[in-house]
Amino acid sequence: MTLKPFHTIGIGVAFSPNLVSNIYEASRLALFFDCKLLLIHVGEASEKKEKEIEEVLQPFITEQLSYQIVFKTGDPVEVILSATKTYNIDLLIIGALKRENLLKYYVGSIARKITRKAKCSILLLTKPSVQRVPCQHIVVNGLKDPRTQEAISAAFFVANKLGSNKITVVEEITKQQVAVSVEDHRSLRKANIVKERLVLREDSRVKKIIAEIPQEYKDSVLVKTQPIFGKRGYSIGHYAEVVRADLLVMNAPLKMSFWDRLFPHDIEYILTELPTDVLIVQ
Amino acid sequence: MSPRKNNIKTFFNQLPRNIFSGFVVSLISLPLGLGLAMASEAPPIAGVITAIVSGLVVSILGGSHVTITGPGNGMVGVTLVAITALGLNGAYAAIICSGLVMIALGFLKLGKLSDFFPSSAIQGMLAAIGLIILGKQFHIMLAHKIQRTDAMDYLIEIPVTINDALHYERKGLIFAAIIGVVSLVIMVIYPKLRNKYLQLIPAPMWIVLLSIGFSYYFELVLHEDNPISKSYMVSGIPHFNEIITQIPTVDFSQLGSVPFWSSVLALTLIASIESLLSIKAVDKLDPENRRSNVNKDLKALGVASIGSGFLGGLNVVTVIARSSVNVNNGGSNTSSNFFHAFFLVIFIVLFSTQLTRVPLPALMAILVFTGYKLASPTVIRNIVFIGKEQLIIFFVTLFVTLKIGLITGIISGVITTLIIHIIINKSFMLFVRNLMKPNVLMYKEDNGNYYVSVKHFCSFLNYYKLKEKLDAIPPQCDVIVDFSLCNFVDHTVMENLNGYQDMFTKNDGHFEIVGLDTYKADSEHPLAIRRKLSGTRLFGRHLTKRQSQLQTIAEDFSLGYNPTKCKDTLFLKDFLFFKTKQINHIYNRLFNDIHSINLFDIEFSEGEFIAKEVVRTTMLHIDLENEVPIFTLDREGFLEKVYALAGFKDIPIQDHDDFSKRFYLLGEDVEGITSFFNDELVLFFESNPYYHIESNGKSLLIFSKERLASIKELKALLDFGKRLQKTID
Repeated sequence: MTLKPFHTIGIGVAFSPNLVSNIYEASRLALFFDCKLLLIHVGEASEKKEKEIEEVLQPFITEQLSYQIVFKTGDPVEVILSATKTYNIDLLIIGALKRENLLKYYVGSIARKITRKAKCSILLLTKPSVQRVPCQHIVVNGLKDPRTQEAISAAFFVANKLGSNKITVVEEITKQQVAVSVEDHRSLRKANIVKERLVLREDSRVKKIIAEIPQEYKDSVLVKTQPIFGKRGYSIGHYAEVVRADLLVMNAPLKMSFWDRLFPHDIEYILTELPTDVLIVQ
Repeated sequence: MSPRKNNIKTFFNQLPRNIFSGFVVSLISLPLGLGLAMASEAPPIAGVITAIVSGLVVSILGGSHVTITGPGNGMVGVTLVAITALGLNGAYAAIICSGLVMIALGFLKLGKLSDFFPSSAIQGMLAAIGLIILGKQFHIMLAHKIQRTDAMDYLIEIPVTINDALHYERKGLIFAAIIGVVSLVIMVIYPKLRNKYLQLIPAPMWIVLLSIGFSYYFELVLHEDNPISKSYMVSGIPHFNEIITQIPTVDFSQLGSVPFWSSVLALTLIASIESLLSIKAVDKLDPENRRSNVNKDLKALGVASIGSGFLGGLNVVTVIARSSVNVNNGGSNTSSNFFHAFFLVIFIVLFSTQLTRVPLPALMAILVFTGYKLASPTVIRNIVFIGKEQLIIFFVTLFVTLKIGLITGIISGVITTLIIHIIINKSFMLFVRNLMKPNVLMYKEDNGNYYVSVKHFCSFLNYYKLKEKLDAIPPQCDVIVDFSLCNFVDHTVMENLNGYQDMFTKNDGHFEIVGLDTYKADSEHPLAIRRKLSGTRLFGRHLTKRQSQLQTIAEDFSLGYNPTKCKDTLFLKDFLFFKTKQINHIYNRLFNDIHSINLFDIEFSEGEFIAKEVVRTTMLHIDLENEVPIFTLDREGFLEKVYALAGFKDIPIQDHDDFSKRFYLLGEDVEGITSFFNDELVLFFESNPYYHIESNGKSLLIFSKERLASIKELKALLDFGKRLQKTID
């Protein structure tokens, strides 16, 4: 079995100060992953724009990057979403915004809508840069979810392609799972026994998933599992921030209703404060 | 099921000393109960009924271990308002309803309620309660009954009352005022007297006993009437059978009115907060380091309040001073609370007529002292030390509580705190945006440490999230709390973390706070803990006479000398002596080059609140080369014989009857101790002066008196220690 989750990488191109660094990041990834790069610009097609983009792409074209530039007018959200469908994009790259004066990143409103509705995997970049920043440590979620396996194998694929040396699989254990509220020294002891048991159970589940990953992907990376206690979806971001991970890989949420946005959970937390680069695997 | 059997066995083994401590607690509970009830303008017996019902109910249903329950100081203000607004029988109905609400709080697991209030606001509220008690009772203490509507007016008129008291002409009033002043003096001086026989009876009981004796002196010796005016004597103490037959009819007719429910709300809020704070403080005193189940306790207090309300008693709360007396007298489980109630029943059955011989000013002096302790200048000084902004919160709460009421007072304290936090951070959004976020992450690192990281901000608003995580960590573990991703940490949180630090240290765990150094705004909002931890201040530029003498000794015996306060007293925590005491600091340290011999002055405290005694003494700590059994050795006296009855066993050493008779030897490893006390060592102890000697297995702690040693005594202590070390090693 070989892992190859991505074939076509898409990126929205706007003529902003981040243009060069965004394109550089996307092209580098396309080369690493051996993918086709699709650059989508929302607006009228023009020779001048195409020239400008190609100029930026020049160093990568010499490295045999296969790319395509698409111009389309309309609502940015609609345009990008329809492009992902028509061109079979399976990884969409989106740049995050930085909160003024603070070292905090969040996803803008348009990008957030795309993230919620897209049917493909999404990579949210916090600090796109022209120079390559090596990706050393990848944190991936190990939730009990049918799609966790995909997320973990995607993490191994990325680690292998980008030469990362460490993957931490994080199991989030919620208060509801422990189900014993600590009130005195007796219930404290009981809660800790329950926790130990949960940790062992989660650990063996995750180990089973990791066992199915082809050995060649595991050779060069250090794999660690880490149970954490906190709110699902939020605490993993907090953890990634604490351990200074370079990439956080997560499952895509199952579905989003009105209530999910009002009472944010899982992925929504991550979107309001990006701890690092985030890959949402569909 | 052997552990269960063991529990029953230890329960019966410990029963005698629980009965003993229950008895001592009942001695303080009786006068306090009478006084608190009268201060609330309820019949005096209501306080005793409260204590009896609560002791019987909470000891069986409660979730804590060494707490004592009964009528509380904090309740005086609110109960007073309830009785004024609803009448006595209406107030009983409000007390019953507040009991119901407390049960509901317990079931909703709202034991964390007290964590939602900023600690300076709570301090302000308690100080206001203290001033309400002090203001009102001060006049009665000086035999000058006045009736005012505003709590402030009572305080303002204190000088007038003093002036009046100095010019009394009626004999009855003069005697009443003198009794009041003498009682107050007893309350103040008592903690400073360290006589173990005198200390056996708590100060409030001394006041009761002395005033009853005073009345008998006039009746039996002088054959005169008691000179104290009749109107200043405790009245309306019914016989025991009258209490049973004259149960008040509870008046539920005001159930639909607003004042009724605002009284219920105030009673519940204050009862819960006072109980929760007390439970938290008493848990720190528990020698067995157990953790109380606060929700279970709330339910039990609720049930007890309902019972108490129906029988003509007041709200039941957990009380700090009486609980600390319980711990200090060897109370080890809930049965001491039960026996405290039991002895109160006996007192009322046997002596209720004697209680009418107690003058009011004497009881009120106890309350004045209680009130003063709640609002004492030390409280304010500690707050100033933490930060000026805390002082604003404190005084806003204090004045609003005095002027308007308790509920408004505490709400204003919360709002002030919030406003101050927003101003300090120059950001409103920091709080709004992050309030609901689950900002605490906890995980176990590979080496077994627990790591807790806190994001955004951590203040009284969201402290419960951090608390929930910290509570789930076994206290024997190592914990690191990291605030480096956090923009703001408030005083309430720091104070609570300080409590956790104590708890973990006591249980051989380790609790460390990191990431505070990165704070930009440090100078703008100094955090209490940072000041506290670095609080090793010099005593002043000049050494006292004793200190310069110590310095000379250090030079003569080539020892090192350091006069500064030192908070690092971890090496003392294993000693049995400090199990129920809190060490404040050590100072004036004399030590040899390898620090194996340490001679120091130490300040520690025993008990809490009005039963708090701060003790300064000189101790010698010697590290031993070889392991020795854990033991305590002291001179045998009358009290030790009483303790022996209460279940503390003296270990006899064979063939040394004289030694066994003169010394009192305690320890668990009986065999190890008997073989350790060989002929040579016994002879050494017999031929030297008495000291209190304790071993924790690795080192010895030696001291003689519970006061600072003079230079001569200090030299003798040092010499004794050195020779003892030689004999043992």
